[in-house]
Amino acid sequence: MIRRLAAALLLAAAAPLCAETIAITGGTVALGDGSEPIRDGMVVIRDGKVVAAGNIRMKLPAGTQVIDATGKWVTPGIVAGFSRLGLSEVDLSASGSDDTSAEKGPFSAAIDVVPGINPRDQTVSVNRADGVTRALVAPVAAKSIFGGQGAVIDTGADMDPITAARKFQFVELGETGKDKAGGSRPSAYVLFRNALREAAELRRYAPPIASARTTPRSELERPLVSNPNESRIYGLEARRSEDVLLTRFDAAALVPVLQGRQYLLVHVERASDMLQVIDLKKEFPRLRIVIVGASEGWTVADRLARSGIPVIASAVNDLPASFEQLAATQSNVGRMRSAGVKVSIGMIDDNDTRNLFLERQYAGNLVALQRVPGATGVSWGEAFAMITSRPAQAIGMDGEIGSLAPGRKADLVIWDGDPLEGSSAAEQVYIDGVRQPLEDHQTRLLQRYRDLNRRDLPEAYRH
Amino acid sequence: MSNNKWAALAAAAVLLSGCEVLNPPPKPAPPVRINEDPYPSTYVRYPGVLTVIRHATVFDGDGRRIEDGTVVFADGVIQAVGGPELASPAGALEIDGTGKWVTPGIIDIHSHLGDYPSPGVESLSDGNEATDPARPEVWAEHSVWPQDPGFSRALANGGVTTLQILPGSANLFGGRSVVLKNVPARTAQGMKFPGAPYGLKMACGENPKRVYGSKGNMPQTRMGNIALTRQTWLKAIAYKRKWDKYEAKGGDMPERDLAMDTLKGVLEGKILVQNHCYRADEMANMIDLSKEMGYHISAFHHAVEAYKIADLLRDNDICAAMWADWYGFKMESYDAIKQNIALVQNAGACAMIHSDDPNGIQRLNQEVAKALAAGRQAGINISDEVAWEWLTRNPAKALGILDKTGTLTPGKMADVVLWNGNPYSNYTRPERVWVDGALMYDMNDPKRRPVSDFELGQPGEGDTK
Repeated sequence: MIRRLAAALLLAAAAPLCAETIAITGGTVALGDGSEPIRDGMVVIRDGKVVAAGNIRMKLPAGTQVIDATGKWVTPGIVAGFSRLGLSEVDLSASGSDDTSAEKGPFSAAIDVVPGINPRDQTVSVNRADGVTRALVAPVAAKSIFGGQGAVIDTGADMDPITAARKFQFVELGETGKDKAGGSRPSAYVLFRNALREAAELRRYAPPIASARTTPRSELERPLVSNPNESRIYGLEARRSEDVLLTRFDAAALVPVLQGRQYLLVHVERASDMLQVIDLKKEFPRLRIVIVGASEGWTVADRLARSGIPVIASAVNDLPASFEQLAATQSNVGRMRSAGVKVSIGMIDDNDTRNLFLERQYAGNLVALQRVPGATGVSWGEAFAMITSRPAQAIGMDGEIGSLAPGRKADLVIWDGDPLEGSSAAEQVYIDGVRQPLEDHQTRLLQRYRDLNRRDLPEAYRH
Repeated sequence: MSNNKWAALAAAAVLLSGCEVLNPPPKPAPPVRINEDPYPSTYVRYPGVLTVIRHATVFDGDGRRIEDGTVVFADGVIQAVGGPELASPAGALEIDGTGKWVTPGIIDIHSHLGDYPSPGVESLSDGNEATDPARPEVWAEHSVWPQDPGFSRALANGGVTTLQILPGSANLFGGRSVVLKNVPARTAQGMKFPGAPYGLKMACGENPKRVYGSKGNMPQTRMGNIALTRQTWLKAIAYKRKWDKYEAKGGDMPERDLAMDTLKGVLEGKILVQNHCYRADEMANMIDLSKEMGYHISAFHHAVEAYKIADLLRDNDICAAMWADWYGFKMESYDAIKQNIALVQNAGACAMIHSDDPNGIQRLNQEVAKALAAGRQAGINISDEVAWEWLTRNPAKALGILDKTGTLTPGKMADVVLWNGNPYSNYTRPERVWVDGALMYDMNDPKRRPVSDFELGQPGEGDTK
């Protein structure tokens, strides 16, 4: 039965479901945009996109598939704000299954996570089954402060996981950055500035890329680096200074960062480190910086807010786990939010290869703080937005994913209850309008071992 | 007996032996009793008042639920638990628990607070004496830094009133654990749970073989793990035999060995085995090993494959400490499933939640909510009140302190949490936490918010955390 179901779902995934209109009615609908949930709402999707959602009544075209979600919750899928999803099947001592970092490789900024993403990792299916539909995926910094280029992926049960390749560059400028830079923060900043200098030189010397368009639109876009991993865009005449530290590929990869054409995710936790990053933005105004981590953000929240830099924070860190997190409190996110910082939730260094499903639990905990005197929580709607539309917004993708606004990709989840409660589970998951299978290694093990009674054949025959 | 007296007796025995030919054989010197509690608990409960909580939903930790329940405690102990008919004693502080829940304080059977404290810097990393795979001589209490800020988070956010601090799992024999009351103190002795037995941390699987195998030492394999574990127990059995003889007949005192003292304590049933073990087949090996050597395993920790052998655990009266949903971070956790705890309970074995984590310990109630829901989604119907046993009763049993805490039973320690809602909701927090009837945390009173020495003068001192 289960196998037949899985086969049916696979068929469904392969067929162009897109032409079909699906209406999900009667459920509590959360849009993911910060608004509060809507009782007895409706969600209509067509061609893999959201048509309309919320407190709407519309005439449905003939042939519309209607799903009754009475008593259920209907929401956009969870967007994991910062993760290493799809890069590692098993993290420790399982040679061959971990592509998060390249400790022995020669490259840093040029690294692109895309070839490392395996949509068949169990980590992907486990999170899909818990309603995580998209994720920002970053490499782990190895030999340099620069980790390389991260992507946005979906968790669909197909072989096309990439939503946006090379969406951002990832750099460590806190304690980890200090270690990667040889032992001090000042060294990390010199390395950072030097790297941008080398990128700037390449930009100056490189000829325009060979393309149909012969005249660059502006000096800013010259050269137009659509793919920094394409070495041919820099000809032999692309001269470089004598004193270079970066490989040509690594320097090239930083050109779009320098031009503000690729986001720069900066991991820092300490308040003073955040102020340094704000200053970098003044020094290099075109950088599109997003701060990741930010455990002490609440202590400099007003300055973060004024900078306009979005923050993808760890939600419930409340321990002085390191000397860069001494002021950690679960009120961090709420206080930053109250000060006007654009905050969302991510999972940096918190089982970020696999436990992205914890984000909805963390968001629920932020709601709980509203009832703790002296603490600062956030509303349900805001907490839910922090794990859906806000991380997408941080990298300029909220027009595509993270909410049920019309035109967004139809990533949605039907839950058996409030998704911010641990007792609730995802019953149906759609990605790009395609219903997803929720079977994985774990559900298959459950079926095998649900009953331990001895039978005519060993357990290995139960499948 | 002091060492001096022993020396005098020994000297006398030597003098007497010179007259052996003339006199009847001398009576051997009476055996010296070894002090088994050289670092005794100095914990003294803090003052409390006669307290009555009324109109709350009560999970008593023993599988019962009382609506509109009443809980009375005084003098550090539970006085009465019942329904609305239970009268308030005169002079009692009465707390209205309408819309709130009362439970026994949570017990985390697997924590490294104090021995892997915050901040997690090298100087404070005191959990693994990874210099030899058999280190039963080390005691976790000698690594516990009572100023670890994590203790207060576990109390205030987690409602944790008792916790077992274990050595790490680099070694096959990690050393002795210590059970603590979650009360701030200047010394580890000041937190030690009075009368709690010691535990012995053992480990099987990946960690010991990785740590020592990578240095080219034994164990390098799982068979090496078992062989070295058995060999060490054989030494302990011989040691115990020597000491049993000495304690019965006196004579020359055998040489003391701290490592063997601990293992002897296990063989005598005084020290409880807490065995880190993930895989079903390895747990089965450890069960056979325990029978071969003559001891009982109190609990398997991180038992992610407990569901595959839940019947074996039940038949051998071994508890399993589990996570709700951790999986795949190493090969031996690859087969973790979210129904693990529910399946173990369903088989009639002793199931527990545990954290092994300074963050997870703050949300063990939420972890149980997830495990419970996963079970129900698979058709395993366990009630909320029975699932609370995973948080208090069963860990108390596996720690040998069920006669003292773990359930709201008259006469037991008044380790109590008042939650501001259903503790299985992510929207709920501890409102007040009592340890032995003393109010140690009050959400509404900033003065009842512990701040460790380390946090004094730091940004956020005394903040809500």
